[in-house]
Amino acid sequence: MSDTAVAATPQSPSGGSSTPAPAGTPVAPAPRSNQILRDILGGSVVISILAVVLALVAGGILIALTDEDVQTASGYFFSRPGDTLQAIWIAVSGAYSALFQGSVYNFGAVDFAKGIKPLTDTLTFATPLIAAGLGVGLAFRAGMFNIGGQGQMLIAAAAAGWVGYSFPLPYGIHLVLAVLAGIAGGALWGGIVGLLKARTGAHEVIVTIMLNYVAVYLVSYMLRTPGLLQAPGSNNPKTPAMLPTAVYPDLLGSSYNLHAGLLVSVAATVFVWWLLSRSSLGFKFRAVGVNPNAARVAGIDVKRSYVTVMLISGGLVGLAAVAQVLGTVTSGFSSGIDAGIGFDAITVALLGRSRPWGIFVAGILFGAFKAGGFSMQAGEGIPVDIVLVVQSLIVLFIAAPPLVRAVFRLPTPGVTGKKKPVRLAKAVAAK
Amino acid sequence: MSSQLSGPGSTAGATDLAGDGNLAGAGNLAGAGNLAVEVSDPATVSSATQHDRPDSSNGLARTIVKSWKAPIAFGIFTLIALVLFIVLGRDGISTFQLSNSNDLIQLPVVETPTRLAGVITTILLAAITVLAWLRVRANRRVPLWLTSIFGVLFLFGFLAWAAAGQTLPVPGLLVGTVSLSVPLIFGAMGGVISERVGVVNVAIEGQLLAGAFASAVVATITGSPYVGLIAAMVAGMLVSFVLAAFAIKYFVDQVIVGVVLNVLVVGLTNFLYSQVLSKNAELLNTPPRFDRIAIPVLSEIPIIGPTLFRQTIVVYLMYIAVAAVYFGLFHTKWGLRVRAVGEHPQAADTVGINVNSTRFRNVLLAGAITGFGGAYFTLVSVPSFNREMTAGLGYIALAAVIFGQWDPIRATLAALLFGFASNLQNVLGIIGSPVPSEFMLMLPYVLTIFAVAGLVGRSRGPAASGRPYIKS
Amino acid sequence: MKLELRGITKRFGSLTANDHIDLVVRPGEIHALLGENGAGKSTLMNVLYGLYQADEGEILLDEKAQHFAGPGDAMAAGIGMVHQHFMLIPVFTVAENVMLGNEQTKAGGRLDLAAARARVREISARFGFDLDPDALVDDLPVGVQQRVEIIKALSRDAKVLVFDEPTAVLTPQETDELMVIMGQLRDAGTSIVFITHKLREVREIADRITIIRLGRVVGEAAPTASNAELASLMVGRSVELTVHKELAKPGDEALVVRDLSVIDALGQLVVNNVSFEVRRGEVLAIAGVQGNGQTELSEAIIGLQEKVLGSITLDGQSLVGMSVSRVLEAGVGFVPEDRNHDGLVGEFTIAENLMLDRSNTAPFVKRGTLQLAYLNQFAEEKTREFDVRSQGIQTPVGRLSGGNQQKVVLARELSRDLRLFVAAQPTRGIDVGSIEFVHKRIVETRDAGVPVIVVSTELDEVTALADRIAVMYRGSIVGIVPGNTSRDVLGLMMAGEVPDVITTVRADQIEGALL
Repeated sequence: MSDTAVAATPQSPSGGSSTPAPAGTPVAPAPRSNQILRDILGGSVVISILAVVLALVAGGILIALTDEDVQTASGYFFSRPGDTLQAIWIAVSGAYSALFQGSVYNFGAVDFAKGIKPLTDTLTFATPLIAAGLGVGLAFRAGMFNIGGQGQMLIAAAAAGWVGYSFPLPYGIHLVLAVLAGIAGGALWGGIVGLLKARTGAHEVIVTIMLNYVAVYLVSYMLRTPGLLQAPGSNNPKTPAMLPTAVYPDLLGSSYNLHAGLLVSVAATVFVWWLLSRSSLGFKFRAVGVNPNAARVAGIDVKRSYVTVMLISGGLVGLAAVAQVLGTVTSGFSSGIDAGIGFDAITVALLGRSRPWGIFVAGILFGAFKAGGFSMQAGEGIPVDIVLVVQSLIVLFIAAPPLVRAVFRLPTPGVTGKKKPVRLAKAVAAK
Repeated sequence: MSSQLSGPGSTAGATDLAGDGNLAGAGNLAGAGNLAVEVSDPATVSSATQHDRPDSSNGLARTIVKSWKAPIAFGIFTLIALVLFIVLGRDGISTFQLSNSNDLIQLPVVETPTRLAGVITTILLAAITVLAWLRVRANRRVPLWLTSIFGVLFLFGFLAWAAAGQTLPVPGLLVGTVSLSVPLIFGAMGGVISERVGVVNVAIEGQLLAGAFASAVVATITGSPYVGLIAAMVAGMLVSFVLAAFAIKYFVDQVIVGVVLNVLVVGLTNFLYSQVLSKNAELLNTPPRFDRIAIPVLSEIPIIGPTLFRQTIVVYLMYIAVAAVYFGLFHTKWGLRVRAVGEHPQAADTVGINVNSTRFRNVLLAGAITGFGGAYFTLVSVPSFNREMTAGLGYIALAAVIFGQWDPIRATLAALLFGFASNLQNVLGIIGSPVPSEFMLMLPYVLTIFAVAGLVGRSRGPAASGRPYIKS
Repeated sequence: MKLELRGITKRFGSLTANDHIDLVVRPGEIHALLGENGAGKSTLMNVLYGLYQADEGEILLDEKAQHFAGPGDAMAAGIGMVHQHFMLIPVFTVAENVMLGNEQTKAGGRLDLAAARARVREISARFGFDLDPDALVDDLPVGVQQRVEIIKALSRDAKVLVFDEPTAVLTPQETDELMVIMGQLRDAGTSIVFITHKLREVREIADRITIIRLGRVVGEAAPTASNAELASLMVGRSVELTVHKELAKPGDEALVVRDLSVIDALGQLVVNNVSFEVRRGEVLAIAGVQGNGQTELSEAIIGLQEKVLGSITLDGQSLVGMSVSRVLEAGVGFVPEDRNHDGLVGEFTIAENLMLDRSNTAPFVKRGTLQLAYLNQFAEEKTREFDVRSQGIQTPVGRLSGGNQQKVVLARELSRDLRLFVAAQPTRGIDVGSIEFVHKRIVETRDAGVPVIVVSTELDEVTALADRIAVMYRGSIVGIVPGNTSRDVLGLMMAGEVPDVITTVRADQIEGALL
């Protein structure tokens, strides 16, 4: 009965059921040109750009819908539809042109030096976003979700600020000490999270959210208590101004806000790039982030990695606070010093796909939104909150490439031959 | 030396371990002193008939880890009591006012000398600590009632200490607690349902805010707060819809979607508030409000009456909601399926339950309930919508879900505790608090950190919560 | 009920998991579906059960074509399934699990738990199970959980019952009892599909046997067919079931384990007072049914278990209490039993995976910096030496076949200077060609004078590789016997019994031992 079957040529049967490719033959490549096209179209860069476009369109719709002229014109839409369309055009183009002129180049300025100021503002806003985004992104790579940017920034600001206004020290040394204090403050607040996760398995998302509030109240308390952070002789919950020795020097002179914090953020980007792609520590972080079990079996101390990565992540977020306290707002700070950067950092890290240079670019883009948003509010009367809407939409779209592909009718990459038959048992581990 | 033959007598080895306790004494073990060994089934294994007894093949010895958490926690609190109530003790009379002037039944005012109250409380707390310590040493658990008594005693001691030379209005404290807890409880119910079905709901904050916004606008336009309530539910569902679509259909990380959704709702409502509402406040942002309805008889019960039964319809609906969620989750087909999908979606799938549509529908339901809670802000608490008026309460509701161990009743109690803490801070602020208000406000968050770190009880969520269900 | 599958075809992308499969199961027969891991058996049954939709072909029940959009439809049509990984909710009671998806309610929508309990008791009584409907599933032993699965299917009046690899988690005795139950069901008129890759069981219980390979039906056989015939059908050529190896030349004792106990996170004593030693140049196999402490024992040696009592010494150096990285540095090589879960980082490249457990020291890392040039050169060498077939060393390991993945693990572990090699389930889920390769490397490692421990649940593998065999049952070592011990004896030992003739042997006695 079995003779015919046995006569079959000896061959390597397929491997485990989770692996479609028969042993020996590598995964069959699709026709080359086709594949490249798919990779480019379906790849993350295109998705990122399209997500930004999509979010801007949605923001434009929101602006148009709430614009009073548009509303008035739409009242007689059927008699003169052109008016409505024109009103929409004026509202939306006005808003986005204000956004552009507020973030890149102001065409109405008298000279180039004034015209380029918006771009420097963009970079100023981008400085803390990049640093904090790097912190969040680094934690992502190690499998940790750091939503605690707000708390880490506040504690870091308190530490850096305290050093910055308290001790008169020589130039240079003072600044370095204040920066280090800020890094230490952020690292402390982040390290608590790592420690709790390593020791007790507490989920870092919950812990970071809760620690944000603890930090808000702690810093608020210190800010209104004389002898702690409150400026002497004042009743406001605000610190004294930073001593000039502790302030980041201006990069382009006093007529621009841009300060040396940007250089620190660039350095931080290089550092994180080196850490993730060239260092042993980063190799361990990445292994822990993708497969903590295999990392543990391979002798990598997973728990220590959690603590270490949260220390570094918190320290990077601390740099963002330092940029705020010693660079952007040097006249003393209150409890709003984090300015939502802790949360923006999450969107920056996601838009940058947790890669250092991606985060750098994303930070500059969101810095531009911030800078442009304020001039849009001033010039066009459009609330700056539209920036929040656009930012969060960008992240949502980026997180769901199939949605973006569906909107733009792009082909799905990798449908040919890469889809694995997910073994039922793998989708959700059975008992 | 040849290795010992360990045949059927191997389980006897386990008995030995238990017998002379050498396991507990061994030095290699981290925290070895905490271990005691019990043999759950010392039966020797001899023949195949063992399988007729269902639980016999689990013949492994069990070690019981003694939990010293409770006595240690009690000890710390007793120490705090010692320092606060005695070392830093305050002199004077603490007065507890139990009735309002317009109540039908007037309770007498309770007055107690502050220092004496502090000393007695501390002694009692110390006694309970010793009792708990003795129980754990005897391998027994610390019962919940003991913990409850400890908590109430400590609270009494604290209130007496804080109110030295002052009068503490107890009814006001409790009424305020309920008021502040309403959105928390609705949010917690939404959180419980969503997480039980397997979708982490960080978007409670956004759902509350959307509910508050929609109810304000719709109630103003229609002039009916009831229509406002419905609008709030729809708004909460809309936020949930986005959460569900991204989390369930596109498998986006649920925490990311939740966090981003909160930012999106803040941005949207802020934008619309500045751009539209504030320009037409009369037309769009002056919602009619619900009146308090006193329930006859019940509302005249001292202390309880004013707290629970002189409330608005939203609060009464909250009672119903909590009861319904509890009953539904644990006693109906719906609840059985919801829990199954959240614990082991694949098992649910193999018995013909559509996992993703169950998740989708229940996340929408959770959004509706949470959105309903959002209406409380604009239709009961304050007369109009304001920027970011939920002020992070959604995150406290999330904390209540976790602190309440994903159980509707416990989550409600946790929400009440958090409401109490923040109202106590208000009340103490009025009579002059010896504790900085920020530390009272911090309490829910610190407690939640302790809870997730396993320092307070066990904290285990639904097994499949947060994980998308990908079929093939 | 008669079940018929006609031309079932199921594709996943470019892979055809089922290629025009025909199958007829008559009422009251046990029909075995035999095939290697990955042959497409489970896919076929998931199609039958409505979890997957077939691309082509049809399912007929009593000659009527069926269309199953989901498991609910299949169950309604009378198909029940006992899953390989039990589909039970651990925090639910037996009654709740049985009623789930098929709930009866009382007034007010309340669940009718009383009815569910009665149903459980009634069906249990029919088969002589003693099952408490209110017991939490989590607290039940594996064998009993399987009965809950059976009751769950029967409570829905299943006429066709599919058993998917039901014996993988059972002891030989529990397996025997399951066979009895299957017989009872058949006699009651239920049609049974029995999916397995274990030849012995098939021959014992099946009425008819269908063999599938690479997604295709390659033959039918009667239960009277010999093991060799069935095996050659299954893998498509005559199989060498034994590994060529010289007689071991054991040297000194290298690894000495004394009175070792391991307590898991739940406080269970999973390894109970175990003692043994391994000599240089011998293979000690640790046999036993899955879940009897072998995994934890091997993890304890590596340092992965936290609560470990007793002593483990390697060449006089104590390993207990050392971190995993220190144990690895001490010269222990380890192949974990689940390579995707514990052995490899799927998203990492082959090269990165090859340095996974050496990310601290030279030559891969100098002053905290990765030495990428060295790594690439190393990876090129090792992939050639271990015959890892891929598109290059930068290919993510997750894209490789199971066999090639295992070769990567092996290449990594065997390229260090080893003083002990521990391989857990080294050939699980990989193709026959790779199995031979892995076995050859293990024997070579032994012959190089390294003490080797092979943990395996497959008796074939144990007898093929072992110089001595330690059999574990419920955390204890039942006995240590020579490598040529008969299967029957090993089977009894795996159920916890020790035949009188057995005495535990030491390595230096092995040549003289007669059995």
